[in-house]
Amino acid sequence: MSEHNIPYSRRLFMRHGVALASMATTIPQFIQNSALGMVAQLAGNPGGAGLPQDRILVVVQLGGGNDGLNTVIPFGMNEYYNARPTIGIPAPSGTAKGQTGVALMLDQKRGLGLNPSLKGLKSLYDDGKLAVLQGVGYPNPNRSHFTSMDIWQTANTGAKGNGWIGRYFDNTCNGTPIQEGSISIGRTAPLALNGQVQKPISFESAELFRWLGKDLHKSLDDPYQQINRAGILPETTQTSQAAFLMRTALDAQLGSDRIRAAVGKPSLTTWPQSEIANQLRIVSALIRDGMPTRVYYVSQSGYDTHGGQLGSHGRALQQVGDALAAFQKELAAQHAEDRVVTMVFSEFGRRVKQNASGGTDHGTAAPMFVIGSKVKAGVHGDHSSLTDLDQGDLKFKQDFRGVYANILDEWLKAPSAKILGGTFSKSSIIKA
Amino acid sequence: MFEDALKPLPEKAFDYFAAVHLLNRAGFGGTPSQARALADMGLNKAVDQLVKYESQPVEPVKADLFDNSIMSPLTDEQRETARKARLSNDEEALAALQRERNRKQSEDRKQIAQLQKWWIKRMIETPRPLEEKMTLFFHGHFATGYRTIEDSFHMYQQNQLFRKFATGNFAHLAHRIIRDPAMIKYLDNDENQKSKPNENMARELMELFTLGEGRGYTEDDIKAGARALTGYTFKDDTFYFNNNNHDTSAKNIMGKSGQFDGDGFLDVILARNECAEFMAGKLFRFFVNDFSGDMSKDQKAFILAMANKLRASKYELKPLLDAVFSSAYFYSAQNRGAIIKSPIQLTVQAVRSLRTPVRELSALASATDLMGQNVFFPPNVKGWDGGRSWINTSTLFIRQNVLVYLLTGRKPDMYEWQASDIPFDATHLVDHLRQPDGSVDMASGIEYLLRFNLAQSPSPLRLKQVMAFATSRGERLDNDRIIAVLALTTAMPEYQLC
Repeated sequence: MSEHNIPYSRRLFMRHGVALASMATTIPQFIQNSALGMVAQLAGNPGGAGLPQDRILVVVQLGGGNDGLNTVIPFGMNEYYNARPTIGIPAPSGTAKGQTGVALMLDQKRGLGLNPSLKGLKSLYDDGKLAVLQGVGYPNPNRSHFTSMDIWQTANTGAKGNGWIGRYFDNTCNGTPIQEGSISIGRTAPLALNGQVQKPISFESAELFRWLGKDLHKSLDDPYQQINRAGILPETTQTSQAAFLMRTALDAQLGSDRIRAAVGKPSLTTWPQSEIANQLRIVSALIRDGMPTRVYYVSQSGYDTHGGQLGSHGRALQQVGDALAAFQKELAAQHAEDRVVTMVFSEFGRRVKQNASGGTDHGTAAPMFVIGSKVKAGVHGDHSSLTDLDQGDLKFKQDFRGVYANILDEWLKAPSAKILGGTFSKSSIIKA
Repeated sequence: MFEDALKPLPEKAFDYFAAVHLLNRAGFGGTPSQARALADMGLNKAVDQLVKYESQPVEPVKADLFDNSIMSPLTDEQRETARKARLSNDEEALAALQRERNRKQSEDRKQIAQLQKWWIKRMIETPRPLEEKMTLFFHGHFATGYRTIEDSFHMYQQNQLFRKFATGNFAHLAHRIIRDPAMIKYLDNDENQKSKPNENMARELMELFTLGEGRGYTEDDIKAGARALTGYTFKDDTFYFNNNNHDTSAKNIMGKSGQFDGDGFLDVILARNECAEFMAGKLFRFFVNDFSGDMSKDQKAFILAMANKLRASKYELKPLLDAVFSSAYFYSAQNRGAIIKSPIQLTVQAVRSLRTPVRELSALASATDLMGQNVFFPPNVKGWDGGRSWINTSTLFIRQNVLVYLLTGRKPDMYEWQASDIPFDATHLVDHLRQPDGSVDMASGIEYLLRFNLAQSPSPLRLKQVMAFATSRGERLDNDRIIAVLALTTAMPEYQLC
């Protein structure tokens, strides 16, 4: 258990002894504030377990069901072009059709390329920081967006229970949630982060992580700050719900100050303009600030490409590919690359055959990406067969829970079998 | 021996703030004048009005309020077309079928959003707050999620079932819930067949709905219970008992044997002492105190007394609720401000007690989702954990900001809510304090506003802070100043309690 799961007063006690800890409840708030402000500063420095030098996982969710076959292109398989006469992406050596271009070379021998819009990912691959995991899925695939997404997020094929990352925290935090242990950049937190004990925090933009009442009149700000930074009032029982709320209110003010300051600081590198890039930029700012957060979660939608998909799919891929490349550059500039692994997934891939509207319908297995300097770069596993199909859909080669298991065991150093409720065959993605 | 725990509050101790407490807990709060009226009735009549709410006329729910045809199953003809299209791999026909499926699903998602707004509006407007509050309790207890079942009409049917049995008989409701299409689908009982039993419903029935985890049953009991529930399925919108799939053989369940069907299985469970205790514990947390940490001695005694009451009434809920809301313990200081408001409670109570404009129902639905309670979308079959799990640094800001929105109509910049310029007349909150010249004394007005909103007497420090702010802005407690005071009060950590 790290110090971060402990209420402020106890954290203060552990670090600074009785004098300061007692202040958290009894000393006038202006003195208390400065003391706590000091501690908030200290917390930014590397220390014991749970502190910033620890490893971080960033999860990137592609919502809608990303067309895996048009993401990692099996240009060596004729069946691919038979199944996709108008939307198949030509081989790197082929002739571009219209504006789409030809696949970017990934592996000549295996006949694999990347969608031409994925120049960002290609650069990561060339730098030895991209692992492409082929044919990831699960048994008895479900083709409903909701259900399949829940299956991925709970790591349970019945789509039931808490989120897998929430359970990771539950299993490693000794029953006390870690404040800001996981952060989702978005409207609501995904199920994946929801544990029995550990609950995620989420915000769409740092500007929303604050009280809006002061916009009514500036005179409201002072009393608001006094009220919310007062900590636990003297007459309040320490174990009461009121005390818990007062402590969380103070944490929220400190968190708000810190997050807004961190995000407001200019980045070290330049970023492309897109929603997903903006989310990853926020994540990079929080990492740079040394937040105690272990897991960040971002998401991009727009992958439900039932019709005329070439243009829209390419645009979505370009945004996420460029954003991921920019994120990695920023981490390198922060000297933080070795601490961060990024995992990219979607709830399902799409059918092998294109449909009558130049799009693809809900399918099954698809590739995943894992990115970072500590990742075993390259193509992992074999491409699913395009002839041995299950009702027109790809059969999976790697259970996604094996990928989670590997990341839990090797990256987060957490007991995967306990968290996932079983053992799954793993492809080894993390460097020793 | 437990009768003592439920001993009633002396009639004269039922004062104005006791009435506020009753309104908040047995419902979603009320205005100062409603609290006054309730206090004037006296304890017995006040509790009767809330618990025996049938005397309160309510807008009947129209049968055709929601469309039951959006997700109706395919006709035989449509099924045959689909089968042929798959067999012949007719791309065009398959694509057309997929498009039709997508169209239906997208229409149904619109309807579930309508349903959410309808329910929130009903909670805000109903003259029978306990009916809606118990409906919400059962929604969290027999949690069923739209994401899995993808049929808004079935969610609506289930919601109506909870409303019908809100303060009725829990045992009867349990017998109905194993016949409820939404629940059957959610817990896969439509796949529970004699030849391949599915244990999901039997397990959750014991673990989450009646006995509590590991309380008096074994894995073998679950397996036997699953066999009892085989063949309990549904057709379109109604329960259907599939005799061919039902296992009629003898079963041993928790020491009883017989050719139990689903009802027989439930009767075995409901006869167990653990069941009344489990339900009493859940109702205690929902209505009395959602304590964190170990249960105290008096909490335990009260819960056992509740369980006895429930057993004595053969699971009738009204006598139990009546006893709880009349008990001295319910009104004791340790149980005031002892529950962290759920997102629904926070939102609905704010509108009902302050009488703010409703602003926009879809914004309120979105807000409760942001705060972690999206109705009809519970996170899993356990429902919402409640208590401290509602609160973290991000939900706390959202809670404060939703109140700013209700009070002023101002919305957070990036939210898709409609900003609203409907003025909020807050002066009614202090009407009873007006002096002959119509003015309200600043100090007593502010003290009252804090006391009314905070569920407990405000801390002197809080009073001082708000007073200092208010007096710095002039001398009259006019509408603007009341709203400013409310903005600060609702941003207090203690405001999250009720």
